[in-house]
Amino acid sequence: MADHDHDHDDEHGSELSETQLRVRALETILTEKGYVDPAALDAIVEAYETSIGPRNGAVVVAKAWSDPAFRQALLSDATKAVATLGHISRVGDHLVAVENTPQQHNMIVCTLCSCYPWEVLGLPPVWYKSAPYRSRAVKDPRGVLADFGVDLPKATEIRVWDSTAETRFIVLPMRPAGTEGWSEERLADLVTRDSMIGTGLARKPGELAQ
Amino acid sequence: MNGIHDMGGMDGFGKVEAEPNEPPFHERWEGRVLGLQRSMGYAGAWHIDHSRFAQETLPPQVYLAVSYYQRWALAMEKNLVDRGYVTAEELAAGHALKPAKPLERKLTPEVVRAGMGRSSFYRQQQGPARFKPGDKVRTVNINPKSHTRLPRYARDKLGVVERIHGCHAYPDSVAADKGDDPQWLYTVVFDGREIWGPDADPTLRISIDAFEPYLEPA
Repeated sequence: MADHDHDHDDEHGSELSETQLRVRALETILTEKGYVDPAALDAIVEAYETSIGPRNGAVVVAKAWSDPAFRQALLSDATKAVATLGHISRVGDHLVAVENTPQQHNMIVCTLCSCYPWEVLGLPPVWYKSAPYRSRAVKDPRGVLADFGVDLPKATEIRVWDSTAETRFIVLPMRPAGTEGWSEERLADLVTRDSMIGTGLARKPGELAQ
Repeated sequence: MNGIHDMGGMDGFGKVEAEPNEPPFHERWEGRVLGLQRSMGYAGAWHIDHSRFAQETLPPQVYLAVSYYQRWALAMEKNLVDRGYVTAEELAAGHALKPAKPLERKLTPEVVRAGMGRSSFYRQQQGPARFKPGDKVRTVNINPKSHTRLPRYARDKLGVVERIHGCHAYPDSVAADKGDDPQWLYTVVFDGREIWGPDADPTLRISIDAFEPYLEPA
C-alpha cells in the first residue's frame, strides 16, 4: 500500500485513512498536552470488546424470568435490581426496565441521537443510531418491526419510548413457551440484544443454535 | 435547535438495515474516538450535553454524510477549540504547540477498570414537583436555537404524566453554559393520533422524557 502511515489492522480507502490520520492527530495532541492517557483508551476499548455487551442484559432478563421477586424489583427500580447482581459494572442511576406482555410491546429509540443502556447492552449497533431507525420508530414502529421480520398481532399496543433525557430503557421481553424448568444460564441464551431494544422477540427453544 | 438531528417522524430515510454479528467497532479509530471522548468528559473539559449540541450544530449535509464516530470526532474538535484546550493551529499541525489548559483530573486505566459507570444526573430538588402521574399536560411550543430535548414532533401536544424520575440536571441550561438548573423529569405518554393525526396506528403510544419546563397543565 502506498500509504505507510496506516495502522496494520485497518484496510480501507483514502477517505477513511484521512479520518484515521485526523483521529490519530487528535490523540497525539491530547496526549502531548497531558489531557488523556492512551492506556485508559486501551482499557475502554478492551472493556467494550470483551466484557460490556448484551450478555449482561440477557443475564438480567433470564433472572427476571426465573425469579418473581427479582422481576418485581427490576420493574420498580432497575438500577437497584441490576446492582444487586454484582457482576455487572455500575449502571448509572437511571435504568428503567419495561415489560412486554401479550397486550403491550415496548420499543426503545433515541430520536435525537443515540441514548442506549450501554452497561447492560454494550455499544449501540449502527442501525440504532441511523436515520432510518431514529426517524421511523416513533411514527411507523410496525414498519420498523417488519424490517426486522417481526409481525405482532394487530391488537397489540405498541409503546415507543423515546430516550430524550438521561433515563435509559431496557425491554424485558416475554419468556418463550416451552422453557419451563430451564436454568437461568440456558434462558439467557434465548435473550437477544434486539429483544431487549424491542425490535425483536426472544428466541424460541427451537431457534437456539445447537 | 430545529436541527437535522431531530429526526423523529421524518420520512424518506429508507429501511432499517441491521448488520449480522456487528463488531463493537468497525475501525480501530472508532474506539480511539470513544476513548478520547470519555477521557475528556471525565477530565471535566465539557459536559455530555456540550458534545450533543456540538454535533447538532454541524451543517445538516455534514451530519448526514459522516459516520457516527466521525460526528463525535468533529464535535470534539469543535469543543476542544471553542473551549481553549487545543488551537486550530495544533489541529492542523497534529502536535501540541501551546501549553495545556488545566483540567481537574485525568482518566487512568485503573479508573476505567474500577467501573465505567455513567455519572449521575440526579440533582437536589429546587422545589416540589408540579405534576404527578395521571396528570394531563400539554407540551410547550418552543423553537430555541440552542439545545433542547423536547423533540419537534412532541411540541404543543396533549399527553399524560406516567412516571416521575426525580430532579435532573437540565440539558437546555447545561448546554448553554448556564449551569445545572435542576428540573423535575417525567415520562409523558401521548396517543399516536395526538402526534401523527387521525390516520395514525390506533395501537401506537409514544412517550418522551420531559423536563418540567416543557410541560403545562392541561
